[in-house]
Amino acid sequence: MADLNRTCLYDLHVDLGAKMVPFAGYEMPVQYPMGVLKEHLHCRAAAGLFDVSHMGQVLLRPNSGDVADAALALETLVPVDVLGLKAGRQRYGLFTNDTGGILDDLMIANRGDHLFLVVNAACKAQDLAHMQAHLADRCEVAEVTDRALLALQGPAAEAALAGLAPGAAGMRFMDVAVLPSVFGDLWVSRSGYTGEDGFEISVHQAQARGLAESLLANDAVDAIGLGARDSLRLEAGLCLYGSDLDETTSPVEAALEWAVQKVRRAGGARAGGFPGADRILREFGAGAARRRVGLLPEGRAPMRAGTVLYADADGGEPVGTVTSGAFGPSIERPMSMGYVATGHAADGTTVFGEVRGRRLPATIAPMPFLPASYKR
Amino acid sequence: MKFTEEHEWLRVEDDLVVVGITDHASEQLGDVVFVELPEVGIEVAKDDEVAVIESVKAASDILAPVDGEIVEVNGAIVETPGLVNEDPTGEAWFFKMKVEDLAVLDDYLDEAAYKELIG
Repeated sequence: MADLNRTCLYDLHVDLGAKMVPFAGYEMPVQYPMGVLKEHLHCRAAAGLFDVSHMGQVLLRPNSGDVADAALALETLVPVDVLGLKAGRQRYGLFTNDTGGILDDLMIANRGDHLFLVVNAACKAQDLAHMQAHLADRCEVAEVTDRALLALQGPAAEAALAGLAPGAAGMRFMDVAVLPSVFGDLWVSRSGYTGEDGFEISVHQAQARGLAESLLANDAVDAIGLGARDSLRLEAGLCLYGSDLDETTSPVEAALEWAVQKVRRAGGARAGGFPGADRILREFGAGAARRRVGLLPEGRAPMRAGTVLYADADGGEPVGTVTSGAFGPSIERPMSMGYVATGHAADGTTVFGEVRGRRLPATIAPMPFLPASYKR
Repeated sequence: MKFTEEHEWLRVEDDLVVVGITDHASEQLGDVVFVELPEVGIEVAKDDEVAVIESVKAASDILAPVDGEIVEVNGAIVETPGLVNEDPTGEAWFFKMKVEDLAVLDDYLDEAAYKELIG
């Protein structure tokens, strides 16, 4: 696999018997010998350890020294209340473009005197350039290149991490903290992308393998690959950028209104002021023509990405498309996410997905498909 | 037992050709979550797509290895797709075919040749 990057945990993945595949320019573990299905179930029953070091870690330091200035600068690129994010807290955000589409989704943490961002691997070069171009006069934009990122997810995650960094136990969902450990300072957030309670842990590369092996030495913790990461996030109703979100989908189409706090909407104290605000704020009032929905196929055949959706069992024009689809190991049935015309988006509506030339029924269903178990 | 280059196995039982997928295919597919089998009684031609397997990774077609009639299908793997991973060459057979001349199987790979194919 020429020209692909490797994370600093590549050798560990190989030693653990992982099957490595290209993903977002990296050679990443898609599964370990346990297999996707069991890895998924293990993460929900105990704890899973994921290498997400391919994702971009970025520090945004205000030139003034006042984190509020970094927050206000970042607010020019995201329709998010960053100024209102308290020190030690994190929230989900979106970079939007001038036509109201989504350039990337990200996590934004306030670390007291600066912001810490985590962005998608496939978008990180573009995100960094975007921030350099628009924020450099007010902030230093610095990619963190010497730290790995691990996700530890599942009901046993707290006990496993607290054994190495006791402060983890006192954190709540979306808290961030720097926790000292024998593996150096860990930049920890109580968050993740599986619907489970858990943590994302940034650790210096030199200590990453030690930390990973120490967590894996816990009987409850097993390494989990990208295959299970995808079915876990889909059961949790979470979007995968590039599949469920792209430069043409707006936050309202994507049913991500909750990610745009009131203060940035029409009538709010800092309404607008982000790329594409005209379209996005208009859609908050008038709605959008299509909407992201959950879909539960009635049969057992998965409806995968690209499956075309119709209103009727015969004839008619398409009313939508599936953007992610898989079998849900915990819900024990197939599940999909996709976009449908707003008139077909109500929960309980039946639509038909064309699978191998036949139209099979599916019901529009609320997400998450499996209730989340965050520690609020 | 004979093997196709499409990673199916064939074996003769009571003058019928029993068809399934190989251990190698089952490993490559990963966890199987859905199986669709042909209707009993249909006539099929070699290389017709007659069944579908969906694993956690992707969908794959199962081709008819020979011309003939589908005379029996294994409902157990529709009910419990995971059998295809547990016992691909035994309990998880897919379908049985009636063929004109069993000598047609001579054209397929024996175990040594199949092992060489999958390396």
